[in-house]
Amino acid sequence: MDMNAYLSMFIDESNDHLQALNENLLLLESEPEDLTIVQNIFRSAHTLKGMAATMGFEDLASLTHEMENVLDLVRNNKLKMDSFIFDTLFKGLDALEAMVQDIINGGTGKADVTSIVASLQIILKSDYKPENASAAAAAAAAAAAPAAAAPAGSKSSLLDEFQHSILMQSIESGLRVYHIQVSLIESCMLKAARAYMVFDLIERNGDIVKSDPSVQELEQEKFDRQFTIYAISEMTEDELKQNINDISEIESVIVTPLDQESLTMLEAKAAAGLSQYAEAESTAAKQQASAAAAPALAPAASAAAKPSAKAASTNGGAVTRTIRVDIERLDTLMNLFSELLIDRVRLEQLASEIKRNDLMETVEHMSRVSSDLQNIVLKLRMVPVDSVFNRFPRMVRDLSKSLDKKIDLIITGAETELDRTVIDEIGDPLVHLLRNSIDHGIETVNERIAAGKPETGSIYLRAFHSGNHVFIEVEEDGKGINRDKVLQTAIKKGIVSEEKAQTLTDQEVNMLIFAAGFSTADQISDISGRGVGLDVVRSKITSLGGNVTVDSAMGKGTKFSVQLPLTLSIISAMLIKLGSEKYAIPLSSIVETSIIKKEQILNVHGNKMIEFRNTVIPLVSLSKVLDSPDFNEEQEAETEIVVIRKGDKWAAIMIDDFIGQSEIVLKSLGSYLKSSKAVSGATILGDGYVALIIDPNALIK
Amino acid sequence: MGEELKVIVFGLGDEEYGIEVDKVRTIERLSPITRVPKTAAFIKGVINLRGIVVPVIDLRGRFGLSETEPTENSRIIVVAVADLEVGFIVDSANDVIDIDTDSIDTPPEIVGGIKAKYLHGIAKYGEGRLLIMLNLAEVLNKDEIIQLEQLEA
Repeated sequence: MDMNAYLSMFIDESNDHLQALNENLLLLESEPEDLTIVQNIFRSAHTLKGMAATMGFEDLASLTHEMENVLDLVRNNKLKMDSFIFDTLFKGLDALEAMVQDIINGGTGKADVTSIVASLQIILKSDYKPENASAAAAAAAAAAAPAAAAPAGSKSSLLDEFQHSILMQSIESGLRVYHIQVSLIESCMLKAARAYMVFDLIERNGDIVKSDPSVQELEQEKFDRQFTIYAISEMTEDELKQNINDISEIESVIVTPLDQESLTMLEAKAAAGLSQYAEAESTAAKQQASAAAAPALAPAASAAAKPSAKAASTNGGAVTRTIRVDIERLDTLMNLFSELLIDRVRLEQLASEIKRNDLMETVEHMSRVSSDLQNIVLKLRMVPVDSVFNRFPRMVRDLSKSLDKKIDLIITGAETELDRTVIDEIGDPLVHLLRNSIDHGIETVNERIAAGKPETGSIYLRAFHSGNHVFIEVEEDGKGINRDKVLQTAIKKGIVSEEKAQTLTDQEVNMLIFAAGFSTADQISDISGRGVGLDVVRSKITSLGGNVTVDSAMGKGTKFSVQLPLTLSIISAMLIKLGSEKYAIPLSSIVETSIIKKEQILNVHGNKMIEFRNTVIPLVSLSKVLDSPDFNEEQEAETEIVVIRKGDKWAAIMIDDFIGQSEIVLKSLGSYLKSSKAVSGATILGDGYVALIIDPNALIK
Repeated sequence: MGEELKVIVFGLGDEEYGIEVDKVRTIERLSPITRVPKTAAFIKGVINLRGIVVPVIDLRGRFGLSETEPTENSRIIVVAVADLEVGFIVDSANDVIDIDTDSIDTPPEIVGGIKAKYLHGIAKYGEGRLLIMLNLAEVLNKDEIIQLEQLEA
């Protein structure tokens, strides 16, 4: 049987289930008594087992099976969760994830899980017996039963949509619609027969739309003495009443003719009655439960919680409908769209040259439509950061446990969206920043108490949009960066000289931690301290077109701020001329454009500088940097400049002339030309000319 | 032994060179080339090939020969080796022929000013015509290019 077609589905769905299992286990840890979470976990595990068995992944299926057994005991209240069980389940989850990863990489998903299985079986065998469990369960069941019987009537008195519309239409077309309430006498022996006779009577001259309780229940005499009917009848109200009363053993009949208003009112009352019932049941159950032993609370509470949970889950199901799309298709779509963009610019140019009205109108319309298309296509590639953030709670939990620290991870803005290529790459740097915070930032419980801080440290992970960028912040209330220690280590490792060290601002000192080989950790732990991580983090983030900064106050905490561009492939740029050549500078790096006179150029220490807004910034000659064959600004009395910035550093670039602002499609230069430093890519202009994109960061040292 | 190779024949100056057909992506006329700064001299720049940016090099410059002016017959032959796509500016693109591998001899040390390592061999075909088979991996060798660039800088 060819399983390959199903393999990718299996992988996607298994990952979803494993993710859900992770989240729910964490939730359960903070609320071990909540059996609905156990139910969810059980369901995920069960589905996973089924899928794995179908695909032939034996080890996966059998490990899940063992976990299921444990969970089954828990949800039937034969077992209470404790930290050993949690740890074993988490270990089992890790093993499952590893097996799925193996399958993704083309392996068979086989793994040696004997130790985990053994732990699980120990748990199974040493049954934790909650002493009153069975007795309490019976009591709770007994309490639940009468509560369930009474409102059986009100529950089913709600009309479904179909019935409701039939009644409404009948009322509108002038037919007689009635709500009939019949009570049989107390001593009635053959209740079913009497009910049948009432039905028969009504159906001879009309139709019964709904009865409460249902027909089956009436036949089986599953009702007390009362039943209600919604019917359409040719008889008048009085006739109906008379005829039903004529049937023996009928105690009372209440016939209410319905119009639209009264129908809706009746339904509202029924619905209110139902929710009141649900509340009543839960309070009744709670009272019962508080009388019984603790374990009994769980089943009763879960019984009441079930209807509300069901309501909640149906609401959740209706929210988003998604479809899985092959990434390659999206990329192809993106590429094709970029081509379209280039042609659009060309058409706009041509249209303005040819100056034909109808051509210009059509091109304008096309431009508007393609702008909208552009927004949608760009959004297609956007994925919520949640997909990266969701593995962090687990990681923080494990790490803080192994380091014996208490840490709370607070995530906000997980729904913020990033381009999918960025999402793939940003995970590792964030992991490192988090590990850093946990390892170096947050102090041990004792240290924190001694410093007057709450014993549980907090790490805030935030993501938000601002302008054309997405910001991700990792902030903690730990011990902050120790300026002196950092300087000491930097001097020792030769990263900065002693004299320079004195002149550095706090910000600059903080940025030293990103230097290659830097680490103030006295010991290298398994987690960090080797001095490799932050350097790699920074270069990874820079390669994504972003940057990272750090803010810190000793004793108070540290905040890492990562700034990333919203989309990678279409950016706004300023097109400039340099002699006969055209270049593009990304707009996000540009502060201002201006013209300066030759006399304004200052010579400082062999470097050219100009005064700009109360500071002196370096002047860069683009023609020199790019070896321009036909432009030299020395010959000009006035030179156009573009002021760019990289973080806090500014510089002014001397150019020939401005062409204008434009949205350009980033094209890679290919692997053959990777080594070019000043140039970060290329773009194809409207006239087909290839313009190189200047990397402003390379121009600012 | 005795395999048939399909080869594209192009001309550089007075000589004829050959590249296996399966390595050739496309042959185009000359189009405007955008200069890329700070690269080796024989890397002329990049061109727009139907929406893709492709680097082009002048083969004569690559081989250390004197460069010539492009003519009507000049072409850009885009080759693909591993994940590299590069265009060669050549004086003319002539023919597609079948060569028997048996007829390819190893080249003597210095042949027409081109260093031997860029060649796979010399093939005899037709009447007294010599075809110089290019070793693309060497021609597109990146490390050497980096060295060259560093020398120039």
